[in-house]
Amino acid sequence: MAILRAILGEFVGLFVDDGSLAVALLVWCAVVGAAMKLVPGLPAAGSGVALLFGCVAILLVNAGRTAKLRMGKR
Amino acid sequence: MNWLQLGPAATVAFLGAFLASFVEFVEAATIVLAVGTVRGWRSALTGTALALVVLCALVLVLGPALTQVPERALQLVVGLLLLLFGMRWLRKAILRGAGVLALHDEDAIFRSETANLRLARATARWGVDPIATVTAFKSVLLEGVEVAFIVIAVAAGGAGLLPAAASGAAVAGVLVVGLAVVVHRPLARVPENTLKFAVGVLISAFGVFWTGEGLGIAWPGQDLSLLALIVVMLAAGLAGVRIAGSAAARVAVRVEAR
Repeated sequence: MAILRAILGEFVGLFVDDGSLAVALLVWCAVVGAAMKLVPGLPAAGSGVALLFGCVAILLVNAGRTAKLRMGKR
Repeated sequence: MNWLQLGPAATVAFLGAFLASFVEFVEAATIVLAVGTVRGWRSALTGTALALVVLCALVLVLGPALTQVPERALQLVVGLLLLLFGMRWLRKAILRGAGVLALHDEDAIFRSETANLRLARATARWGVDPIATVTAFKSVLLEGVEVAFIVIAVAAGGAGLLPAAASGAAVAGVLVVGLAVVVHRPLARVPENTLKFAVGVLISAFGVFWTGEGLGIAWPGQDLSLLALIVVMLAAGLAGVRIAGSAAARVAVRVEAR
């Protein structure tokens, strides 16, 4: 049972390390998806660019914030 | 169909699966080597074989189930999972590259694992030591689940990608097992953070691509746009190292000034 729990924990850990990064990425993807549904004239390439650079921005903000927090704790 | 003729998606699937699996196999090999060295090879190999049987069963059950899911939904779910998986690796590699997190040290893991295994007491049954077997089983199964996920997820996004992804993982497995047999010690000289950085870049690019396809985005140039996504992710990763490094340096200066 302990092994199963460890495997399950490891599986979740595959995708979620910093919860806020995972949530922000999922929310951004949902926002882009909703925008594509609600604004029919939205160019597909524009949605792709928004999806890509939104994810990149989330990653960079998260990395910078984590670095600050980690160094502050040392 | 020859997967080499499938274009950029197949090449990226092969490379992504190869690099990610290589890292996972190195981690599993370190533990199996520690178990074999301290408590005997019979137990280490028994645990490894049992884990491989369970892994094969998991893949055989879950693999065909995925074919029942509609393609668009599968692309979206797999894309999101790959995006979370890749960004997690890229974030960690960025923080390690910036000196915020300590680098993964296979030698240190090998030393700590062998020390723990020497302390553990257990009676062997049928010539197999239960603690050693469970340790090898757990390690191979956990790392193997990651490899299986990468192969299935990368391949699930498009028709014909499974041979490319599976070949990447298989080549990595053979390479790591061969090296482990030859050198008989942990593969500590592998530039693990560079590999993880590369995997993070490739898998994140794949994640954005399949998520977009699942949302209905028609990428310009179709599969070729994967190459542009990889370039953007690589640039973002390198910028991330600089951003995290300078943020950490600013905090360190402030802390020292107090």
